[in-house]
Amino acid sequence: MKQIYLDNNATTPVDERVLDVMLPYLKGMYGNPSSVHFSGREAKAAMENAREQVAKFINADPSEIYFTSGGTESDNIALKGAAILNRNKRNHVIVSSIEHHAILESAHYLEKEGFKVDYLGVDKDGFVSSDELKDKITDKTSIVSIMQANNEVGSIQDIPTLSAITKEAGAVFHTDSVQAAGKLKIDVDELGCDMLSISGHKVYGPKGIGIIYIKKGKRIAPLFHGGHHEKKRRAGTENIPGIVGIGTALELAESLRESEHHRIDALAEFFIDGVMKAVPNVYMNGPRSDRRVSSTVNLSFEYIEGESIILSLDMKGIGVASGSACTSGSLSASHVLTAMSVPIELAQGSIRFSMGRFTTKEDLEYTISVLPEIIEKLRLMSPLYSKK
Amino acid sequence: MTKKKKVLVAVSGGVDSSTALYLLKEAGYEVIAGHMKLWDYDEVGGDLHKDGRCCSIDSINDLHQLCNALSVPLYIFDFSKQFKEVVIENFVSEYKAGRTPSPCVICNTELKWNSFLKKAEELECDYIATGHYGQVEFDDTGNRYLIKKGIDDSRDQSYFLWGLDQKALSKTLFPLGGFEKSQIREIAKKMNLKTAKKPESREICFIADDNYHRFLKEWEEKQGRRFEPGEIINERGEVIGQHQGTVFYTIGQRRGLGVSNPTPLYVNQIDAGNNKIIVGDNEALLRNRMIVTDINWVAFDNLRDKIEAEVKIRYLHNPALATINVIDETSAEVIFDENQRAITPGQSTVFYYGNILLGGGVIS
Repeated sequence: MKQIYLDNNATTPVDERVLDVMLPYLKGMYGNPSSVHFSGREAKAAMENAREQVAKFINADPSEIYFTSGGTESDNIALKGAAILNRNKRNHVIVSSIEHHAILESAHYLEKEGFKVDYLGVDKDGFVSSDELKDKITDKTSIVSIMQANNEVGSIQDIPTLSAITKEAGAVFHTDSVQAAGKLKIDVDELGCDMLSISGHKVYGPKGIGIIYIKKGKRIAPLFHGGHHEKKRRAGTENIPGIVGIGTALELAESLRESEHHRIDALAEFFIDGVMKAVPNVYMNGPRSDRRVSSTVNLSFEYIEGESIILSLDMKGIGVASGSACTSGSLSASHVLTAMSVPIELAQGSIRFSMGRFTTKEDLEYTISVLPEIIEKLRLMSPLYSKK
Repeated sequence: MTKKKKVLVAVSGGVDSSTALYLLKEAGYEVIAGHMKLWDYDEVGGDLHKDGRCCSIDSINDLHQLCNALSVPLYIFDFSKQFKEVVIENFVSEYKAGRTPSPCVICNTELKWNSFLKKAEELECDYIATGHYGQVEFDDTGNRYLIKKGIDDSRDQSYFLWGLDQKALSKTLFPLGGFEKSQIREIAKKMNLKTAKKPESREICFIADDNYHRFLKEWEEKQGRRFEPGEIINERGEVIGQHQGTVFYTIGQRRGLGVSNPTPLYVNQIDAGNNKIIVGDNEALLRNRMIVTDINWVAFDNLRDKIEAEVKIRYLHNPALATINVIDETSAEVIFDENQRAITPGQSTVFYYGNILLGGGVIS
């Protein structure tokens, strides 16, 4: 059966060009960059080359880039690292209510540890209000973390404004750019952020690698203690194949960004129009504008459960998600849609279609063609639909 | 070529359902595996890292490997909210009413042959299958689906299936009903099914440590309630001891009463309304009559007058001959030929004619 992958926000296929640069480091070049001898030097050079590629991608200095195991670790380092370091002077943390669980669960952990945490609400399109941040921030706030682009609905926050408010209050600003990387321009100066997270496997690179940008002069308490790796901010022998992979993946993503942006924009509009025309009672979650990462299309199909749609599409070889991949298997409505005040019945019937570099118009045409029958079948079985 | 029949198989991670999955795949069905997530350690207590079995992350991980090896898609269905409302809360309230519930029966009718069956229909499956040792057969003369005992008498699980209706049965396969348990273990071992060596449980799934006292206590404490101690009295109404809460006792129980008496005493009655446990000697536990409610007849639509049958009053009970006198559509009076020990209100009872399950109900 033909497989159509529309779950690129969960993970992306590894681009062959990325795989090619990684292979030598999985085969012959096994060196530990901390070693003094020939094999160490080789690995170290590859790592520093990748660090430069990453730095260039976000317009930072290579000395401000730290390699981690992925987006979750980067988010943990940022939130816990800044909060714990400053706990005696500032014990207040602010995050948005639509963050990824890597941030939300870290915030819950900090709450249990005695920190005060505020969760900023969002409007119906998934946008944080800068006024609310102004209201909540105090001279006790150590860190504010607000994601650049949301993984479920794609809303893009006004990071420069939010980071400026944070700076004024003397707090550190972190943004989770995991879903923005490769899709939006990322310039740490323009964004005004002190810390920023990126994950390798969301940008056609390998899993198990991520980066955290920490602006020069900003300090964190490390999570991992051990050797002198990453200037003692992240102990552990470096994942050289992954590091080489993420460097090339980001470089490649930047070179394709403009053209991909136009291509995906057009595909997304085609898809939204197509589904809405083919199926009645469909609602879009998140903005239908340039304030959304256009590859993320979140649609609610009234009267039915998202899970049922996912399974039926899977039977047809189409891979999609409801909510985020990390929370699937639980039927509670998405925290993002709940925060956007999407009614629970619609939130439960939501499906996230996320397109990517390898998505074609034919993929979408096929998906549009099978949806009406599936939705009709499921609605006929739904007690909510028959009551209508 | 006719289109392959499609089956959604309920898989727990245990050897029985895994082998059922394998057998159906071998038999040429198009097979999908479905795992029902029914509860969470956070909710029901017990120690995930010590007692972990069905419904734990580890068994789901094993299932993924097994299904991948068999090239069968696996889906996890989260029914935990419904399970809590329909099964666990009923379990607790039955105990609090002085009755001894059969949660597996409710889980079968409300979850497996309802919500799970609905998932199967959504996935355009013709059948669901489970690893129960029971048989379902279409009887041409009666134009009905019948439930029969599994051929392995020591493993037969038809007791738990009395609540199923004709529509449910028409969509049900029990691939293990024609096998002995030892054969199933053999097949699982031969095929190197990952789940072959798992220890198995015949206890209540959501009480992983088999300690229902611990479970009930914690459950009530979470709601800010506790069980009230009260009196243990004998048949003459004399107070002879104290109990820690009526829920911790079942009819026929002898141990743990904490009362001294020249002859052995057994729990004979649980009077939850007055918070009293009534004890008596073994003789007092013997009865030849019971009233059964919530009856579902499987082998026929309705009982008109009376019928003789073999009756089981709990899962591990040797069926006893009795006459069932109809009261109304869903209740009946059962008169045993011989006295039975510890007929327990709340438990399921089932009626057999030979190996055919006529129906069942709840002892009131």
